[in-house]
Amino acid sequence: MAADASRLPLHAVAHARAGDKGNHSNICLFAYRDEDYALLVAEVTEARVAAWFAARAPTSVRRYLLPHLAGMNFVLENVLDGGVNDSLNLDMHGKALSFHLLAQEVAVPRGFLPPDPMRAAP
Amino acid sequence: MQDLWIGCAAGGSGDRVDAARPIVDAMIAAGRRGVLTFENLAERTLAFAQLARRANPAAGYEPLLDEELRPVLADCLAHGIRVVSNFGGANPHGAAAYIVGLARELGARVPRVAVVEGDDLSDAAGRALLAPLLPADAPGRAFVAANAYQGALPIAQALREGADVVVTGRVADPSLTLGPALAHFGWAADDWDRLAGATMAGHLLECGAQVTGGYFADPGYKDVPDLARIGYPIAELAADGSCVVTKPPGTGGAVTVRNVKEQLLYEVHDPAAYLTPDVVADISQAQLTQVGADRVRVAGVRGHPRPDTLKVLVYFSGGWLGEAEISYAGPNAEARARLAAAVVRERMGETMPLRFDLVGRCSIFGDDAGRMLAGVAPGDAHDIRMRAAGRHDDAAEIDRLLREVYSLWLCGPAGGGGVRTAKRQRLSSVACFVPRDAVPATHTFVS
Repeated sequence: MAADASRLPLHAVAHARAGDKGNHSNICLFAYRDEDYALLVAEVTEARVAAWFAARAPTSVRRYLLPHLAGMNFVLENVLDGGVNDSLNLDMHGKALSFHLLAQEVAVPRGFLPPDPMRAAP
Repeated sequence: MQDLWIGCAAGGSGDRVDAARPIVDAMIAAGRRGVLTFENLAERTLAFAQLARRANPAAGYEPLLDEELRPVLADCLAHGIRVVSNFGGANPHGAAAYIVGLARELGARVPRVAVVEGDDLSDAAGRALLAPLLPADAPGRAFVAANAYQGALPIAQALREGADVVVTGRVADPSLTLGPALAHFGWAADDWDRLAGATMAGHLLECGAQVTGGYFADPGYKDVPDLARIGYPIAELAADGSCVVTKPPGTGGAVTVRNVKEQLLYEVHDPAAYLTPDVVADISQAQLTQVGADRVRVAGVRGHPRPDTLKVLVYFSGGWLGEAEISYAGPNAEARARLAAAVVRERMGETMPLRFDLVGRCSIFGDDAGRMLAGVAPGDAHDIRMRAAGRHDDAAEIDRLLREVYSLWLCGPAGGGGVRTAKRQRLSSVACFVPRDAVPATHTFVS
């Protein structure tokens, strides 16, 4: 991490939703502000997401970039312990995993002002 | 050609049943002969419906069918608003007969009800068709049911032939929207870009309020007005395949670019290749634009030729799931809860896969193997619910797990309270793909 950077949870700059298909989870992530999209691209990489979800032992993490939506879609394979049919998790769909991703911290430049989401343009 | 309004009043079986009224009122007020859809079949819902029908031949369709339709059916018939839904489940003829009877009871005109079939591959012929197609790791358990995801074409044909209500079993959720669009606009079946546009409109509608502010609120970050009275969505489809997503006036919720973004990617993997029976949709260039209050325009969806195969979900018996919980609160609660989990683990031995949660410390983010929980250092949380869960083919073994948690009341750590236990049968499933010619869809009218 650069000396002039500090860290924020993704939740301060982005929003997300998770969905399930079988044993795979997809989590879409969007910057509240279009200008923060580059920050997401740089910081929320496939490798870092795979590391953040290490306890779920994904067999692959794939990121699809959606620049026109200031967002990206992650597909994490085999992270749901068998998913809705087989998992012993209370949340067998992995619906809450969007907020696990949002708890991940990202480096932001010193002096970075996080958005006030309710004031940023919708 | 005039836009086609399509509303969606349910995003799953068991969803709210008071959602249709505002949609129908909005269509009547605007003088629109639109379409009202209900999406009632999640992945497992249909397999459980098959079991329900075997237990009771009159059952197997959406259990809340009456609650969904009674408030609006007469007005739909009076105002030319068509109803299209997969609420037929495992017994679409049963649902169709119920709807005809309901219309008579309400004093409405008797509707022309079409039933779309061809999805159910649970009989001997279906099983023979599927046997060579199942993956090698298909569970060696008892077969329960199999259903193919049919598409929009039979729905469109039924509407062209004058159906007031179209009842289906398993069809791809977006086909409930694409079918009416095909019938209304007269698009060719290979007009891929337009088909893809209407398909993604259907994708946005199919989870009901998830596109109007449901499943979105995050107080202080993403506030949603009047969430308790959220309105369900209406898509205004245009002849070019684009649409405007909105909701009935006077309802709660919000339709913003942010909500629509989240739902556009919901359960999508590759944004350039969203597979449906009707078309492969590509949203990698889709544009979302706020064009008014609670109005978002969706454009730029592209389409590619439909797959040659249909997806089939095959269900097998999945054994038993047991869950049991006990709470610990106050000083040293976390240590007492951790001790309770250790006692149950030791007592159960290696008889089945077990999972333990410390709700209030580490639970739903964790994995079944307990890797995340193992990395959570013992702390001093003061309100913990200890949950044990296990699966086994033998219900008696599950009962033993539940008793071990129950007996913590008497012989576990101090101050445990609120034991609850639950045991239920599970289904497992595998997906396979069949040539579409092998599973033709049909539609028939009942009266």
